[in-house]
Amino acid sequence: MLEIRLHGRGGQGAVTSAELLALAAISEGKYGQAFPSFGPERRGAPVIAFCRIDDRQIKIRSYVNKPDIVLVLDPSILRIANVAEGLKEDGILVTNTKHKADEIRRELNLNYKLAVVNANRIAREELGLPITNTTMLGALLKANAIVKPDSLIGPIRDRFGRIAERNIKAFRRALAETELAF
Amino acid sequence: MGKRIGLEVSLSAAEAVKMADVDCIAAYPITPQTHIVEHLSELVNDGELDAEFIPVESEHSAMSVCTGVAAVGARAFTCTSSQGLALMNEIVHIAASMRLPMVMILANRSMSGPISIWNDHTDVMSIRDCGWIQVFANNGQEVFDHVLFGYRVGESQKVMLPVMIHIDGFILTHVIEPVEFWETQQVERYLPAFKPIHALHPDRPVTMGAFGMPSMFSEVKVAQDEALIQSKSEIMAAWNELGDLVGRYYRPIETYRSEDAETLFITQGSFGETVSLVVDALRDEGKRVGLLMDRLWRPFPLDEFRQAVGNARNLIVIDRAISYGGQGGPLAMDLRSALYKERNQPNITNFICGLASRDVTIDDFKNMFNRSMEKIEGNPREEDFEYYGVRGK
Repeated sequence: MLEIRLHGRGGQGAVTSAELLALAAISEGKYGQAFPSFGPERRGAPVIAFCRIDDRQIKIRSYVNKPDIVLVLDPSILRIANVAEGLKEDGILVTNTKHKADEIRRELNLNYKLAVVNANRIAREELGLPITNTTMLGALLKANAIVKPDSLIGPIRDRFGRIAERNIKAFRRALAETELAF
Repeated sequence: MGKRIGLEVSLSAAEAVKMADVDCIAAYPITPQTHIVEHLSELVNDGELDAEFIPVESEHSAMSVCTGVAAVGARAFTCTSSQGLALMNEIVHIAASMRLPMVMILANRSMSGPISIWNDHTDVMSIRDCGWIQVFANNGQEVFDHVLFGYRVGESQKVMLPVMIHIDGFILTHVIEPVEFWETQQVERYLPAFKPIHALHPDRPVTMGAFGMPSMFSEVKVAQDEALIQSKSEIMAAWNELGDLVGRYYRPIETYRSEDAETLFITQGSFGETVSLVVDALRDEGKRVGLLMDRLWRPFPLDEFRQAVGNARNLIVIDRAISYGGQGGPLAMDLRSALYKERNQPNITNFICGLASRDVTIDDFKNMFNRSMEKIEGNPREEDFEYYGVRGK
């Protein structure tokens, strides 16, 4: 089972990212489970969401406390929360940042595998807004091919309707532009 | 086999209500039930479900509407949570005593205060003695199946009782997971049209909800209790038929690796699936541990419970609600009395945890197992129940 914890700010779509990923896995015949850390939602406040993917039925209902992957949708979260808390030793931190992986590693003193992408820039250019949920899914799949990239297209189309194509473009750009430092 | 779809559990629950072809939905939004009602209002608005959606001004009215709908022989649905349930409480009892079938999903949430929107079973336990058939669903699939089951059982002329489906708020209502939908033909086979024994109609006047003088009241109430107890045979029949139809067989007490178990965890709701993983882990360590998940809450499955306990020596009862000033959690109290005077009465330990959605992990349940083994050496008494993971305790 692969366990992912997502950090973002209310309104950026961390919960949506988790959901889309689970839906993509389910569409491949796998089991997917996505849920938010439950609370009154406020735009801009730090939020956490969780996603689990497995070939077998997922029975665990507690939070993801020892993730395989941490996905950070907002660069500012890196400095206000210990996003790597509980991340497994061979885990991956995937983050939105304008910095290079080495700079992030030095600044935050992290020994984990890193995957970085300037998702704010991609999202601004493709969507006109720094809403990075679909962009960061591209970075996530570059870091770990949990599902086939094409499996996300259906869920993105269902969710975003007329702005789906722009989201798909942002997703594909991140898939290409993400820097891996493993 | 129906289509396997990834969907939020609230939405798949609403889709099951649609498949049940309800005539009327009356509900007032309250977290964490809201997504169920929202989706139903969309389905009605979009013409996908031919039903009246009555956006009432309170839960008291929601249950009053459903009662009226059932009284004319139509199919009613509502859902609520915690304080909403408290507000509809008066009519919840009326629906059962008038023997009016309907289905209500209770998205389980703490009773305030302090104000909490999060999950536990304090709302479930506040309504325990209302006379409804009550079942727990442990995942999205079970919610979907039990909506259809609820109408099937409740509307049976041998039963004629409302059915409440308990699902953990947020932990189930807000999770995306795969659910296998039923085929339309399967629903048609399983769920015939609602044919009430009596229905309100201007041309055929009857009195419903009449005054009960002391000379009659006891007889009426005992008849109601007997109806609830006797509903079990129809419940079993409906579960068996559901299993034959879609391949998922449900039982009043679900068991997991319990047959040769020395120690049994006992849970209600979504804790069950997590604890099944704890059982696997403890079995790997060579410990003979199993799990009983209470699915049928009312009528209480006394025989099935005693049988499932079998020769187990230790029971670890997990409650997700407080009975203020009581002798432990509500589930533990029921189970203790069910085993009173059994020849080989097991040791019972009781933990109350997970209030207001506080996360309870696999390690936490392992700790409860270890704590239980320690307590059992000292002959635990009923007053020894423990609040797990609470600061200062």
